[in-house]
Amino acid sequence: MSTRTFSLDGYGPRRRSAWDRLTARDSVVWRMDWFMLLAGAALAVVGSLLVYSATRNRTELNQGDPQYFLLRHVLYLLIGIGMMAGTVWLGHRRLRGAVPVLYGISVLLALCVLTPLGATINGSRAWLNLGGGFTIQPAEFIKITVILGMAMLLAAKVDAGDREHPDHRTVVHALGVAALPMAVIMLMPDLGSVMVLVVIVLAVLLASGSSNRWVLGLVLAGAVGAVLVWMLGLLDEYQINRFAAFANPALDPAGVGYNTNQARIAIGSGGLFGKGLFHGTQTTGQFVPEQQTDFVFTVAGEELGFVGAGLILVLLGVVIWRACRIARESTSLYSTIVAAGIVAWFAFQAFENIGMTLGIMPVAGLPLPFVSYGGTSMFAVWIAVGLLQSIRTQRPIAA
Amino acid sequence: MSNIPETGRSSRVTIRLVAIQILVMSLLLTLGGRLWYLQVRNGDEYQKEAKGNHVQQVVDPAVRGSILDARGVPIADNETRLVVSVSRTEMMKQDDEGKAVLERLARVLGMSPKTVKEKVRLCDAKTPQPCWNGSPYQPIPVTDDAKPQQAMQIRERSEDFPGVTAEPAAVRRYPAPYGANTAQALGYLSPVTDEEIEKAKDTDSPFLPADEVGRSGLERTYDSKLRGSAGVTRYEVDNLGRVMGRADSDKAKPGDNLVTSLDSRVQAVTEKQLDQAMKAARHEFDKNTGRNYKADAGAAVVMENKTGRVVAMASNPEYDPNAWVGGISGKEYAKLTGKKSNYPLLNRSIQGLSAPGSIFKVISTSAAVKAGYPFDGNYDCSSSYEVGGQVFKNFESKGYGNIDLGRALEVSCDTVFYDLAYKEWKKDGGNMPKKGAKDWFYKMAHEFGLGKKTGVDLPNEVSGRVPDRRWKKEYWEANKDAWCKQGKDGGDSYAAKIAKENCVSGMKMRAGDSINYSIGQGDTLVTPVQMATIYSALANGGTLYDPTLGKAIVSADGKSVKEIEPQPHGRLPLSKKTLAQMDKALQGVATRGSAAWRFGQAGWPQDKIKMRAKTGTAEVAGKQTTSWLATYTDDFTIVMTISQGGTGSGASGPAVRKIYDALYGVGGGGGIDKKKALLPKPEAGLPKISKDGNIEAQLDKDSPGDSAKPKDVPEDATQDVPGDGRRQPPGTRREDEGPPQPPQGEAQQPAAYRPGEDSRQTGRGAAARNAFLALAHDSGQRRYPGGERR
Repeated sequence: MSTRTFSLDGYGPRRRSAWDRLTARDSVVWRMDWFMLLAGAALAVVGSLLVYSATRNRTELNQGDPQYFLLRHVLYLLIGIGMMAGTVWLGHRRLRGAVPVLYGISVLLALCVLTPLGATINGSRAWLNLGGGFTIQPAEFIKITVILGMAMLLAAKVDAGDREHPDHRTVVHALGVAALPMAVIMLMPDLGSVMVLVVIVLAVLLASGSSNRWVLGLVLAGAVGAVLVWMLGLLDEYQINRFAAFANPALDPAGVGYNTNQARIAIGSGGLFGKGLFHGTQTTGQFVPEQQTDFVFTVAGEELGFVGAGLILVLLGVVIWRACRIARESTSLYSTIVAAGIVAWFAFQAFENIGMTLGIMPVAGLPLPFVSYGGTSMFAVWIAVGLLQSIRTQRPIAA
Repeated sequence: MSNIPETGRSSRVTIRLVAIQILVMSLLLTLGGRLWYLQVRNGDEYQKEAKGNHVQQVVDPAVRGSILDARGVPIADNETRLVVSVSRTEMMKQDDEGKAVLERLARVLGMSPKTVKEKVRLCDAKTPQPCWNGSPYQPIPVTDDAKPQQAMQIRERSEDFPGVTAEPAAVRRYPAPYGANTAQALGYLSPVTDEEIEKAKDTDSPFLPADEVGRSGLERTYDSKLRGSAGVTRYEVDNLGRVMGRADSDKAKPGDNLVTSLDSRVQAVTEKQLDQAMKAARHEFDKNTGRNYKADAGAAVVMENKTGRVVAMASNPEYDPNAWVGGISGKEYAKLTGKKSNYPLLNRSIQGLSAPGSIFKVISTSAAVKAGYPFDGNYDCSSSYEVGGQVFKNFESKGYGNIDLGRALEVSCDTVFYDLAYKEWKKDGGNMPKKGAKDWFYKMAHEFGLGKKTGVDLPNEVSGRVPDRRWKKEYWEANKDAWCKQGKDGGDSYAAKIAKENCVSGMKMRAGDSINYSIGQGDTLVTPVQMATIYSALANGGTLYDPTLGKAIVSADGKSVKEIEPQPHGRLPLSKKTLAQMDKALQGVATRGSAAWRFGQAGWPQDKIKMRAKTGTAEVAGKQTTSWLATYTDDFTIVMTISQGGTGSGASGPAVRKIYDALYGVGGGGGIDKKKALLPKPEAGLPKISKDGNIEAQLDKDSPGDSAKPKDVPEDATQDVPGDGRRQPPGTRREDEGPPQPPQGEAQQPAAYRPGEDSRQTGRGAAARNAFLALAHDSGQRRYPGGERR
């Protein structure tokens, strides 16, 4: 939003038409990061096609309508883009005041998952049933609210000019803000989201300029925690199996290793140019489970080949690169932290999601940002894009 | 944005942001690298895997080629039978694990539910027969002779019979035309084993799990030709096995047909006559053992002289080759291979071993001639022959005075050969053999092809033995320890004395050995087919042919006809003159010698069809004598042998004569009725092959198997033969060569019978396997019932 000008005497700046305001050199639209938007849109288009390809034959899922998933996906996408626009319109500064409320709501939603309102999918109780076949995954929103909440606390004194770096007390508070929802998500259990949150917390601490001791300490604590979780047997069997299958891909290719094995066959068999959209035998044959959500990248790998799958990597790279740039160029520590947190979120989630289909990461239930089918994830990703855009557009322009 | 406003941000944050950016971008690069590695570098490998993933194969087995006789009459072909199979996987899916379905099926098939259940249970260590020991994912045949009505019931009420199929399938059949069983020469099939599939995986003729493989006889020798190649229909399927499309498929290529030189009519007569002769011998009293002859085994070969082609090959005891069809039951298998079975699976024509007796004398005669003794010289045929205080009897117990070698053959005079063999033995150095000893008698046996395989186109032929010096030495080395021990421990018994003697000098060729050897007794072992090859060679001017049953391989469409040419493997080292002299002498045997009472003096039209013969009676320690009769005309050679059957002309004579009668149409009074003649001349050509590849069978209206049925068991078969019943001279060592011993090898242990062996397939996910089964059922493909039933 640019400053409003009023003409009282006819000599001042003339009241501009809406179109003029949108296209003006200093308008919000003009100042948005269009590289990121175009890359995001391209990912959304490719994602829609891949979701369609993965689901048009799945009669047991799509209720006989080949476009069932496609239409829903596009609907979610449009809602997501609307949410982005709303976020830009509100502006991240105005949202800053609402962060405690948003944070509280998201944690409450997450807690609801643990009540009978929650739905269990693939061994993980991570969904809230809204009725009518709609579910939401509060963990996705928590990624945003944890970033915002921590950023608010950590940047408060620095942005006010009181200190150069956050003090220890603030860092402890910020970690507490992250720890509460992480504990709730751990109980679901949604290990993938916990992993993403750990990475987000690390990036937020780094970007906030907190003491190195905190960063190193957190890494150590994470390692010790992981060992403890393993030793105390807090993991479910399916989670242990996923790691076992990751460590040894040849293990039980019909059982625990089936997913990764079939995913790798799908991607590997795509070759350089792929088998052509809708022509993947692994995809049409439905050999890869969860192919429209967590394993959507296998469709790209098989049907579009190295060229198409590589393009997805490049587009993700463009989005993340521009987000990094926004983080570096932003004027307040708060917006820097928010941008850096989103960078870490997108980057790690994409790496984990694609990495597991390529067999270099263990399987964890995480969607591929911009591409995978799934409403909540789509909304969260586009809200995050809205935050980034708003950070960029609300930056004062040099005269 | 060139001028960044001052944010008041510390440089620490800036540096960290750059670090984050580098880290994040390197993560994406890692993904890109891995993507390249999977898709570009290893893409081919994964493409192959993906193909295997989504393509399921339905095997359409090739129709196995037929085996036909020389006139195109099928002796092994296929018939379509209704096979009812049960898919275990489908059964296990049902709530009661298929119990209700199997019970319904039993009712429809008229079997007891217990029998059906036993047939479809899997073999394991705890499950007794009957059980299924094929792949648990292969449909299990419950019966292969369902009636059309039963199959209809199963098909029409398919909702009552999930997982049950009733489909026509080609099943091997041995129709035995004219009653010619031909079992051992034909062989049999049994399902392929996992090891064989693995072994043949990368060869030109890989096996399919449902394949049956020839295990013996012609079925084995010509297996790769007969089998053809199975067709494979490839379907693209999804992960649940639902068919999504068809991939490129190979059509089944039916196997080639094999035309043999066998004549089913002659084969039938030969089998019948051999059997009759053995039965007759069992009524015959054996003076030497004080009981009737056992006649426990026999063999007969009818061979074309000028080609070595086999017209008939019989081996007794017989069995029904159809017992193998559709999988042999454990009980039947025991009947064919158990200790009490007398091993009917053996083809005694090529696997039966025995000393040849006097039919060996043609070789001794040849050796004598080669050693420089003139054929028409004068040799003393005394009634006995003494060497070193040991008396060797002339078993005819009759002296003929001075006779030539021809006459010695005619009257089968032993002493003439004793003397010649002894002289040669002495010439070669006696007990202290000279270097470069001539050993004519032994050399000649080798040159006649004894001691090695004839190369007949049947598997597991045995080579027999020529007991020459080398063999003696090897045999002694293998046995001396046992002999010496027995000689030491045995005290004064007769056996111990012999063992002691063997221990000391068993490696030596002793005079007695050579003397016995010269009349075909002792350690010599021959097969009937070897002797047939030798007598054929005497008839054809000296060429030893590889005996062959296969005459031509005809492709299923009839477009390719590959004749199997006769192959010689040697020549008799005899001059034309000697051959002619020998031939005349053998005619003499048939007209006035030891076989005359079966031919020349029994109305044989010798002026029209010249008959040559040689009788033999081989000694076997501890058993009754082996009867040998080797005969030939201008075109055919017939050799017959009966273990523990008596004398050559006595036991085998009438049977051989009857076979000749049938071949040439010789009537009771010696008249020749050409219309009744089955095969007065060898069948030179091939049966007519029509344009569509059908081989036309030339069938006779009335089965000669019946017409040639002996009207009466010839009484003269029980007559005693003058001068041909010998005993073993005392003091000569005899090794028990016994009746044809089961040779080592696969003939005895058909590889397919693997009780209790679990041949589970390893493979992809269970879903894919189930998918294949579901698919195979849906597609209604014909499947070859390869499984063993029990």
